[in-house]
Amino acid sequence: MSDVVDVSATAGSSQPTSPAGAVKAVPLRHPWRWIAAVIVLLVAAELIYTIVTAKTLRWDIVGRYLFQGLILNGVGLTIELTAIAMAIGVALGIVLAVMRLSPNPVVAGASWFYIWFFRGTPVLVQIFFWYNLNSLFPQGAGLDIPGTAIGFHLDTNTLVPPIVAVILGLGLNEAAYMAEIVRAGIISVEHGQTEAAQALGMRRLQVMRRIVLPQAMRVIIPPTGNETISMLKTSSLAFIAAVPELFTRSEQISSSNFDIIELLFVASIWYLFMTSLLTFGQYYVERYFARGAQRELPLTPLQRFRRMLFTFHAPPAAAAIAAASAVDQRGDGP
Amino acid sequence: MTAAPMVKAEAVHKRFGRLEVLRGIDLEVQPREVMCLIGPSGSGKSTFLRCINHLEKIDAGRLSVDGELVGYAQRGDKLYELPDGEVCRKRSEIGMVFQRFNLFPHMTALENVIEAPIHVKGEARSAAEQRGRQLLGRVGLADKVDCYPNQISGGQQQRVAIARALAMQPKLMLFDEPTSALDPELVGEVLDAMRALALDGMTMIVVTHEMGFAREVGDSLVFMDGGVIVEAGAPREVLAKPRHERTKSFLSKVL
Repeated sequence: MSDVVDVSATAGSSQPTSPAGAVKAVPLRHPWRWIAAVIVLLVAAELIYTIVTAKTLRWDIVGRYLFQGLILNGVGLTIELTAIAMAIGVALGIVLAVMRLSPNPVVAGASWFYIWFFRGTPVLVQIFFWYNLNSLFPQGAGLDIPGTAIGFHLDTNTLVPPIVAVILGLGLNEAAYMAEIVRAGIISVEHGQTEAAQALGMRRLQVMRRIVLPQAMRVIIPPTGNETISMLKTSSLAFIAAVPELFTRSEQISSSNFDIIELLFVASIWYLFMTSLLTFGQYYVERYFARGAQRELPLTPLQRFRRMLFTFHAPPAAAAIAAASAVDQRGDGP
Repeated sequence: MTAAPMVKAEAVHKRFGRLEVLRGIDLEVQPREVMCLIGPSGSGKSTFLRCINHLEKIDAGRLSVDGELVGYAQRGDKLYELPDGEVCRKRSEIGMVFQRFNLFPHMTALENVIEAPIHVKGEARSAAEQRGRQLLGRVGLADKVDCYPNQISGGQQQRVAIARALAMQPKLMLFDEPTSALDPELVGEVLDAMRALALDGMTMIVVTHEMGFAREVGDSLVFMDGGVIVEAGAPREVLAKPRHERTKSFLSKVL
């Protein structure tokens, strides 16, 4: 409150003196910035123009398939695969991270081994492995009561259909990465927090759940958003198991009508749209977990936009105060 | 005084690797007593304080609070460390205030205060909130109830930390250099809150460099150096005419 008053006071008092005797300061000019910007814009325009006007690229076909039923089903399945694989990754990742920090060397070692194995082999190989599990266990799995014919039996391909193979491959691989992200978050929380919670009589798991993890979230969220975006795209590997997600669908269609590039465009447009939504959502999740870390929460894009409009239309004196109080806004000018 | 001591330490030893931090501490703190622990850094005073609520494990000796060993059970001539749950129950009876406040930054002042009553003691939220507001009022922060720790000053944060410890209705309060991380002008408000607590009859052990507080509020003063108690007695006497050379040279530097 008081510093806002100060700003207006100094602005008011400096006004009468400035026109008379003050020496004007001219900021350094940056001609090369303008030249660089023009070059970048020209190259970008040329590139876009070439692609958009290419005779061989038929935009009407892109438009026709963009909202076609099979493609939309594929988009739905891509979202499903991403959500389930990330859920497995995050849940298992938290367990692995806590295990990794356990004082029990066997428990910590098991977690280390898991991460070593699943991070050390390609996810494509892992998906293929689950897809071909039948070759490893041709007898399947089941329960039999010895000496009788009673029991039930499932062969491996019923137990692990292609979509389950893909989810296992993506989810178990992701858990290895998430474990390291969560662990980094946990060790970023000051030890004094644990001590203060213990001194109040909180049990180990309570300390983790109520005190440490909520604070670790601030460190965990940004890379997790990154992983989710990455997962959305990696889910296209489901193609090798013929699981009909977005990329598989677009490939299937283009293999029948040979509009290969057009359908790749369709898939790319959808992937870009979904990753944009995720980027947007991540901003709000980060903002939520910033409680108590920053004195004031950062503005949402909408608030920022409103503040900008308000500043432009405000009378000069009010605009000066608004600009002074919204320092962050000046920070991201071009 | 016939009452059993609130804290009783007998030949407490503690080592960090090869370094022997506590080399046989014996002392008693009576109920309602305010004991101040002073000494140079590295003398083991903070470590001893942290042993009292088992934030540090002891290597030998006995340490009991309100007649019950902390963190261990004795069978024969050996002490066996207790499982987490038992240690937590005992800790919940002992309040602790840290040098760096250690408030939970993702919770408001009130949420900090009611966290343990609700999740450790299982109190109803409404009752805990009502008492939390009372406690924050008592340390002069009735208007900061909904502030996050980083929105208030260090002195205010430390007073929230005191209220947070008091919310568990402890039998004993441990203060680990509670004013050392504060700007000089904020020290007074924290000491005032502690003085009020002492007047209410709380048993307190205070590791401090505030000799004025030790003289006015303390019932006893203990000077530690090199992991042993060098000198103990009434604060005014120890501060005015220390008997040991080590005490004299330490006091001549800090007074």
